Amino acid sequence: MNEQTDRMPKKNPFSFQLNLKDFQPATEEEKAQQIKMQESTSFFKDGMRRLWKNKISIACLFIIIAIVLIVFFVPMFFPYSYDQQLGITQGQSIDSTYNNLKPFEYSTTEQAQIAKGEKIFPHIFGTDSAGRDYAIRVIYGARISLLVGFFSSIIVLIIGIIYGSVAGYAGGKVDLIMMRIVDIIYSLPDMLMIILFSVVLKQTLAPVIEGTALEKLGTGMISIFIVFAILYWVGMARLIRGQILSIKQQEYVLTAKSIGASSFRIIRKHLLPNCISVIIISTALQIPSAIFTESFLSFLGLGVSIPMPSLGSLASDALSGIYSYAYRLIIPALVICLIVLSLNLLGDGLRDAFDPKLKK
Amino acid sequence: MDTKLAIYILKRLLLAIVTIFLIITITFFVMHSIPGGPFLSEKSPSAEVTAALEAKYGLDKPLGVQYLEYLTGVIQFDFGPSIKQRGRAVSDIIIEGFSVSAKLGGAAAALAIVTGLILGSLAAVYHNKFADKAIMVISTAFVAMPSFIIATFFLLIFCVWLNWFPANGDSTGGLILPIIALSLYPMSYITRLTRSSMLDVLGQDYIRTARAKGVKPYKVLFKHSLRNAVTPVITYAGPMIAFILTGSLVVEKIFAVPGLGKYFVSSITSRDYTLIMGTTIFMATLVILMMLISDILYKVFDPRVDLS
Repeated sequence: MNEQTDRMPKKNPFSFQLNLKDFQPATEEEKAQQIKMQESTSFFKDGMRRLWKNKISIACLFIIIAIVLIVFFVPMFFPYSYDQQLGITQGQSIDSTYNNLKPFEYSTTEQAQIAKGEKIFPHIFGTDSAGRDYAIRVIYGARISLLVGFFSSIIVLIIGIIYGSVAGYAGGKVDLIMMRIVDIIYSLPDMLMIILFSVVLKQTLAPVIEGTALEKLGTGMISIFIVFAILYWVGMARLIRGQILSIKQQEYVLTAKSIGASSFRIIRKHLLPNCISVIIISTALQIPSAIFTESFLSFLGLGVSIPMPSLGSLASDALSGIYSYAYRLIIPALVICLIVLSLNLLGDGLRDAFDPKLKK
Repeated sequence: MDTKLAIYILKRLLLAIVTIFLIITITFFVMHSIPGGPFLSEKSPSAEVTAALEAKYGLDKPLGVQYLEYLTGVIQFDFGPSIKQRGRAVSDIIIEGFSVSAKLGGAAAALAIVTGLILGSLAAVYHNKFADKAIMVISTAFVAMPSFIIATFFLLIFCVWLNWFPANGDSTGGLILPIIALSLYPMSYITRLTRSSMLDVLGQDYIRTARAKGVKPYKVLFKHSLRNAVTPVITYAGPMIAFILTGSLVVEKIFAVPGLGKYFVSSITSRDYTLIMGTTIFMATLVILMMLISDILYKVFDPRVDLS
């Protein structure tokens, strides 16, 4: 390197000559750098790499993972259960000192036990008016909300994919009629229809599911799933149809057709895998909107059935005691906000990372 | 062009009518599928009384006839009598409640649009500066908050802790909190919408041309940029009305505003079926009409949009 530079003629600092140093031959090292190829990555890896760069989304991802771990594992070794009224024990009169405890307060019975040297797990958020531990109710409520959000999105996903891909692949008159139906459902005011359906389903479902495994879920939850299945798939169906319409013009679809692949196989093997990014993104954004809807319905008293808590019903119940027990409203409300906000931001991050149209 | 627009409007009008008709049909049959007539939930009157009541309200007729009668009633804005509020017609209750709700919703919509446009433009003009970041953080946070949570927090902070406002929305002063609570979500949404479309427009060549010609900055902003950036906001205005209406269901309940939402929520809890039906049909029609208007306005405002 040095000897090469030395062989260069000296340049007059005031001249307009080209700087000859810019034109020296590249060293072996530099050449090696030039020919180094970028490692080939899969679509998923590439997306993950870009997602990883988005600090906010990753933070949200970790928050969501933490919340999921908490809501599924903490109830396993939590000393109280969500529907256990602590003041009521078999064969004894009701101990009302368990009701409406402030955070970290103990009932008189528990105070006596502590005085005797027993260890009592503290009521971190106190208890509610029926003497149930509030912390476990919030955790359980968050679990219900997350489950509703997740399964509603799965339902929407399945119906939307089937409907959208059939309409998009069939095209022509079938597509036209199917899309008119979608248009009409799309213009129904969703919340009002959901409220209407939940009112009715809550009434009609109870005798139908009595004695089956579904009874445990409660009519409220099932009616939420049903209304999602009836109304919310249209957005997903539209999206998938649009994607399929553009993909089915590709040569490889023609090739598959010409070698005799069935329509089902073409949709499953060639069309759907190519709109997977759109599917992932809109599912991720569907979950918070489902949680939103569920909490809204629970707030109106149409959501999950008593004594099962959901974040919305907890907030709704706390409204009557807002003057004395404001924290009972704040806690579930903050949890809803945290979940919805992190899911929203994660969804945005996923879209930025996986949407091929946004690629630089 | 004009015939094209007329055809488009006609088409959309037709679709809207079909949708409204569908909503009436769905609500009618869905509500009638509830086991047990509406009077069974009363403190079980005798069989004769029930029969007389059913005859009075026409419930003894076949379902098809009832449906046709209800349909003709709805066209004349007659939703029948309320079951739980004796002696009052559903349409009277709706008119009474809506006069309050319209005030609340109209103010919330206006506030959301004006503030949203201003904040969105500010964020776009100061792109990547502190103002932009602050506006984006706030609007992102509010998009994640259901209106009932904002409303309850407002109630808690301003009525319970600070005692600035009365906790019920009967008086004009009491309407301030519900209006703000209702408008925050659409406001944040409009802010984000305006910001992204403004950023898009500000990068266009004609803006650079206008600036190069020495057009005053505020003129560039309002005449050249905002006018072009406002179209997505117009499209959002239709669904926004739906948001505000459904949001007001709970916000009115929380602040005890005697509007349509309060009646709707209480009709759900008291199972007043005719009132639920009436309010649902009324609000759904309102939403569909608003969406129709905003869609048509969108096409009128933006001549570039293809009508086919």
